[in-house]
Amino acid sequence: MSRVSQLVINGVSYSVDVDAGASLLSVLREDLDLTGSKYGCGEGQCGACTVLVAGAPRRSCITPVGEVVGKPITTIEGLEKDGQLHPVQQAFLDEDVMQCGYCTSGMIMTAVGFLNARPHPKDEEISHYLEGHICRCGTYPRIVAAVRRVAKAMQEVRS
Amino acid sequence: MRISTQPPMALEPERYELIAPPTYRFGVARRDFFKLLGGGIAVFCLHDSPLAAQEAGRSGRRPDDDLPQDISAWLHINDKGEVTVFTGKVEVGQNIRTSLTQAVAEELSVAPGSVQLLMGDTERVPFDMGTFGSRTTPTMNPQLRRAASAARDALIALAAEAWHLDPKGLVTVSGVVTDPESHRSVSYGELAKGRELAKAIPAEDPLIPAAQWKTMGKPLAKVAGRDIVTGRHRYPSDIKLPGMLYGKVLRPPAFAATLTSLDAQKAEAMPGVTVVHDGNFVGVTAPSSHDAQAAMAALNATWKTTPQPSGDELYDYLKKNAVHAEERGSHTAGSVEKGLAEASARLQQTYTVAYIAHAPLEPRAAVAEWKDGKLTVWTGTQRPFGVRGELAEAFHLPEDHVHVLMPDMGSGYGGKHTGEAAVEAARLAKAAGRPVKLVWTREEEFTWAYFRPAGVIEISAGLASDGVITAWEFHNYNSGGAAIGTLYNIPNQRIEFHPSQSPLRQGSYRSLAAAANHFARESFMDELAHLARMDPLDFRLKNLTDPRLRDALQAAAKRFGWGEDKPQPGHGFGIAGGFDKGGYVATCAEVAVDSATRQVRVVRVVTAFDCGAVVNPDGLRNQIEGANMMGIGGALFEAIRFENGRILNPHFAQYRVPRFGDAPAIEVVLIDRKDVPSAGAGETPIVGIAPATGNAIFAATGQRRRALPMAPEGV
Repeated sequence: MSRVSQLVINGVSYSVDVDAGASLLSVLREDLDLTGSKYGCGEGQCGACTVLVAGAPRRSCITPVGEVVGKPITTIEGLEKDGQLHPVQQAFLDEDVMQCGYCTSGMIMTAVGFLNARPHPKDEEISHYLEGHICRCGTYPRIVAAVRRVAKAMQEVRS
Repeated sequence: MRISTQPPMALEPERYELIAPPTYRFGVARRDFFKLLGGGIAVFCLHDSPLAAQEAGRSGRRPDDDLPQDISAWLHINDKGEVTVFTGKVEVGQNIRTSLTQAVAEELSVAPGSVQLLMGDTERVPFDMGTFGSRTTPTMNPQLRRAASAARDALIALAAEAWHLDPKGLVTVSGVVTDPESHRSVSYGELAKGRELAKAIPAEDPLIPAAQWKTMGKPLAKVAGRDIVTGRHRYPSDIKLPGMLYGKVLRPPAFAATLTSLDAQKAEAMPGVTVVHDGNFVGVTAPSSHDAQAAMAALNATWKTTPQPSGDELYDYLKKNAVHAEERGSHTAGSVEKGLAEASARLQQTYTVAYIAHAPLEPRAAVAEWKDGKLTVWTGTQRPFGVRGELAEAFHLPEDHVHVLMPDMGSGYGGKHTGEAAVEAARLAKAAGRPVKLVWTREEEFTWAYFRPAGVIEISAGLASDGVITAWEFHNYNSGGAAIGTLYNIPNQRIEFHPSQSPLRQGSYRSLAAAANHFARESFMDELAHLARMDPLDFRLKNLTDPRLRDALQAAAKRFGWGEDKPQPGHGFGIAGGFDKGGYVATCAEVAVDSATRQVRVVRVVTAFDCGAVVNPDGLRNQIEGANMMGIGGALFEAIRFENGRILNPHFAQYRVPRFGDAPAIEVVLIDRKDVPSAGAGETPIVGIAPATGNAIFAATGQRRRALPMAPEGV
């Protein structure tokens, strides 16, 4: 089985020695101690493990690490810059979204990827795009409100 | 008008949550306490009611040099003025870390930011039965407030002594004691410096009335929020120790199967792999979870299975295996026979409730480490002390050789009272001689945890010609006795809970059987209203005098526009109300039935909730929104399917939970009763949504749905 020795995560190049078939999630969590990405189902059904690969949301639990060699990976730990939260992180705080918070990092990563691609979404689009994510505590309306808040702020900045 | 400050009926015991306190508890020496914490001021909360004592174990002998044993919590102020609160309650998403912080900040007059809560660490907090039954707000909150209030008194006394002043003239603001006359002031930190002052508080210390709250009663954002949105917070499954291995447990193909042979040669030959075989327990450890998975796949085991009941015979099975009604789950008044004889109309219906899964997004997880014969386990559980007991029993250890820590976890909903993963991780760690992490897979969580009990509920009633209910007979088979009683005024009642044999492992679930009993009762009330040719709200109010439930029903109806707006074609409105665990709830729902697919969607919900004085309005709204959202799953489509000892849908692709597309517009009406002590709110708001939805489906389609889930395939 081939091995993976180098990964670029949050702008940092990491040396690893892992089986190319291991999941990206297990490598992040076990080898690099980046535990912000969560295991929720291992089947790509809940979204708790979502990271950005080349800017696009990806389920790290079903992504073999061999597939992302040389591609820039962003995890929840990489969003905060110089003590400044990413607007989506800030919006989750401003809307007081979280109950247990276990789904939060995956939700935020998908929202970041989504807003990059689609800065002026309608509510139904937000909801539709996040459909693959589960929040068992049921904070869906607040998550939509948080994403809407960021989209609105981005629009105001532009206009 | 009568104002009820007490629940109108005694707390109904719930057999699925009864756990005995430990036989012995031993005191903590005062000097050990300060050695642990450093100097400062400590205040110990003593139990203030028989119920609190029951939750936290019994009091015992009290030698003079020991701290009192009947302690439920304590708080400590150090020489920097930092406040640390020690409690056995745990944070599972219900937001008590924030609401208890508010409670302490309020009574101690400090900023919430200077208060830290140390929760659920069995070596550092007093014994606690566990976090369930919505008990934290009614019991732990006032106890911590009393401790904070006593600490504030102690600080004022210290300042008064130093200044030779009457303490009555001094005031406290933001962690500082001030003399308004001389404008002298001293911080709590300065007062605590160099002291070892321990104080146990009397139970009758007065508390700040809700009307004068400055920190409580107002929204406070989740105190750990920033750590969550940055990914920094370590959930139980995120704990990592040096030299730690990853474990997996081999699961049998069916419940109650026994291992007949195991060939572990191939797995044992893998580098770094240890195979553990102890009776029916088979597990592996490896340097990574990927390697552990490969080692598991290399095991060759055979199992002997035995025939078991299947889902298609569930409800017959529960009725057939029912035992006599438990006295504590039974209630009779007047004569049902007489009431039925007087009635002009009679109705009898049967409702069923499926097993459902809690499916907390963080599955069971534990990290176990053995050191010098002592066992330390980090795990996600609502009962850290219960898990400590399980571990002590499983490994024949005294309880003081077991340390359980519970980092704020990825939810529980009543589904994590037990310590399966903790015991398994400890067994693996013992064999491997290194710390081991075990995280259950989603399939394991769906299969080997426990379920919300299934049940059969039979109701019959008699109705007088004016719409007054004359008789009420209610039998619950297996699902439980929580909220089995009715608040409606019915002179003749027979209400019984019949335990049964459950084909699947079952336990508590958010609100326990209150959701099932409310579903049946409030669906049946709707049927009676139609039999009486009355509006469902009017019919309820005609048979109800309890002022708080009346208020809740009327508040929800008013906000919803009940009786004013008419549903558009394909839509229907439903209403339901109820009471449990000190909270009064009423929910109105609007459903839409797709004319082509016949799928049902809940499009709008209004819930009015009265749980006494509101501690954190925004946190409370979040709980009520989430309870409705979660309740939609059990109402419409969630059900565990099983056959002959196997779960047939142990994945999110097969077991449908509510998603974004299922979210209705949810409006919450808070009835803030500042004259009534605060009750818990994590559970009761869930009980209204299923019957309100069912009643709305009837309004939309004329079809009465008497089985939960009501529309897994549409209507």
